[in-house]
Amino acid sequence: MSERAQQLLEIADDELLLGWRNSEWTGIAPFLEEDVAFSSIAQNEIGHARALYELAGRDLGKTADELAFDRAPEEYRSAALVEPRFVPDWARTIARHYLYETADQIRIEALKASDDAEVAGLAAKIDREEVYHRMHAEMWLERLVGEPRVREALVELWPKALGVLGDDLRPLLRERLAALDLPEVEPVERGKHSGELAELWEKMTVVRRSVPGATW
Amino acid sequence: MIFEVFRQERKGQSFQHAGSVEAPNKDFGDWYAREQYGRRGESVALWVVPRESVHEIDEFVDELEKNYHRVDGYPLKEKLKEARERAGTTATRDR
Repeated sequence: MSERAQQLLEIADDELLLGWRNSEWTGIAPFLEEDVAFSSIAQNEIGHARALYELAGRDLGKTADELAFDRAPEEYRSAALVEPRFVPDWARTIARHYLYETADQIRIEALKASDDAEVAGLAAKIDREEVYHRMHAEMWLERLVGEPRVREALVELWPKALGVLGDDLRPLLRERLAALDLPEVEPVERGKHSGELAELWEKMTVVRRSVPGATW
Repeated sequence: MIFEVFRQERKGQSFQHAGSVEAPNKDFGDWYAREQYGRRGESVALWVVPRESVHEIDEFVDELEKNYHRVDGYPLKEKLKEARERAGTTATRDR
């Protein structure tokens, strides 16, 4: 697999799984406006995943659906941060949302500066939507950062958040989150999957697996 | 806080009331308004107004029944007819 395809798959897997996890709030978010807002963010993330899978798929000779749903759970390249189910814990959901959006911004900025015009162009498009996700995440964090449960969640998820980025970009994440005064920790590397991914995969692919090869 | 949201469908058109959103502060209000009333290309601009900034007026006093203030209270047709008869003219010949 080319380095480019590998990198695109990592981000696509993150966006797909986080989009899925965020969509688990649809219908039960803390209030109606937030329900619509968070569901919309989830839809955007899955839209980004599709665009990234399509670009990776051109290198790999596969469709976006084949990449999203036809791989075995252990083949996913997702970060540990996006895998766990947090419903009905809004504190951890917001902590993850904020950590992820901050890390994702660093990653997208790097892609925008890429020499590969296709990658840079797609990253710029994705970033125009991510601006709103970041605003949303920042508003929520600002509102809840004084809550002990959110603080605990930030500390708990911090090693996994570092694992979203490669070694080279981690110092930037530490720098941007300096104000949160998070501890020095060993990052949880990408690709070490928890049981929760397998469980999510079962649900996520059940319809597609029910009639292999069908056209939907 | 409740925010009343007005939306403009096309540039140059007047803003119409779209609905309201409840939000903890102005920033959240803007965000939710955008999601509810702007994300499907249905608006080119929104006004997001805290409800307490909207002054409602619902009393229109008319104690002396000044029906000539009302659009239906001044039957111009009849009065015009009388005036013309007095002047000995008709509408068509005048023109």
